[in-house]
Amino acid sequence: MTFANEIPLLLLLLVTAAGAILVKDLMSAVLLLGSYSFTLSLVWAWLGAVDVAFVEAVVGAGLATVLFLLTLFGTAPKDTRLRRPPPSLTTLIVFPLLGVLLLYAANDLPGFGDPNSPASVHISPSYLEQSYQDTHTPNVVTSVLMDYRSLDTMVETVVIFTSGIACALLLRRQSK
Amino acid sequence: MIRPHDSIIVQTLGRFLIPVVQIFGLYVLFFGQYGPGGGFVGGVILGTGMILSVLIFGHDASRSQIAKDILHGDGVGMLIYAGVGGLCMIGGGEFLNYSSLSIPGLEEASRRSLGIVLTQIGVAVDVAVTAVSIVFSLSAEEIIEESING
Repeated sequence: MTFANEIPLLLLLLVTAAGAILVKDLMSAVLLLGSYSFTLSLVWAWLGAVDVAFVEAVVGAGLATVLFLLTLFGTAPKDTRLRRPPPSLTTLIVFPLLGVLLLYAANDLPGFGDPNSPASVHISPSYLEQSYQDTHTPNVVTSVLMDYRSLDTMVETVVIFTSGIACALLLRRQSK
Repeated sequence: MIRPHDSIIVQTLGRFLIPVVQIFGLYVLFFGQYGPGGGFVGGVILGTGMILSVLIFGHDASRSQIAKDILHGDGVGMLIYAGVGGLCMIGGGEFLNYSSLSIPGLEEASRRSLGIVLTQIGVAVDVAVTAVSIVFSLSAEEIIEESING
């Protein structure tokens, strides 16, 4: 088993995710989601994706929790307590089937760290070899994001900008 | 509208913590070329520092003034990013091809490195302003109008 050290983390991930769904109080659900993001960032860091772990910790565990909490403070206490109806028969049949289907499809994925997988042989070798000569940037992730794929990143920035504008337009209207 | 927090522990800790958070945000932003980090995370950390000051000291405190002022900068980050792309076109290359930034005395790779730094600053400004702006939208309708109109 290559990932034996991760099993406690993955169990914690499952427990916090299930807790966030099952808990009755929305405030507790938000805090559980925060701890879920933090555990997920530990998993990313363990897998070596430090940049992703960084974003997950800062945005998922920090910023998103604050935004959720601010939204909850704007609601009445009776709105934050949930009464969940029991899941319908369709849900109980379809979702396990979907899970089995995904697990079956995951068999076809290349193994973790496989040097012959398409992701490792297609274009990443040329990035890894030429990135420093091309851009004088030791971090290959940054040079791919901000130089080779700069237009994508610009449109992502447009998305963030648009979300800020949309929030301002929707939420600041009630002011006197 | 968020009022200042009552607890002296929270206030003292915030006074100590916020500058550290801001400096760490700047470090992450400019260290993104050498290690994990970059514009997005750096911007979120900078924005989170300002949100922390709003949450601890309230909207009216002078410590939260930067967070209020930065709301006027909505779109500046976008402008920086697209502006670097435009400068590349003026220099005779494609949009966002940093090697045609017309800066004398720099070799091509260093120009591309400089372009990466500039666009990362653009992303960071954009993300920080958006984070602070969403928090203000969620919490302070009246205050916003006062600070922008009056």
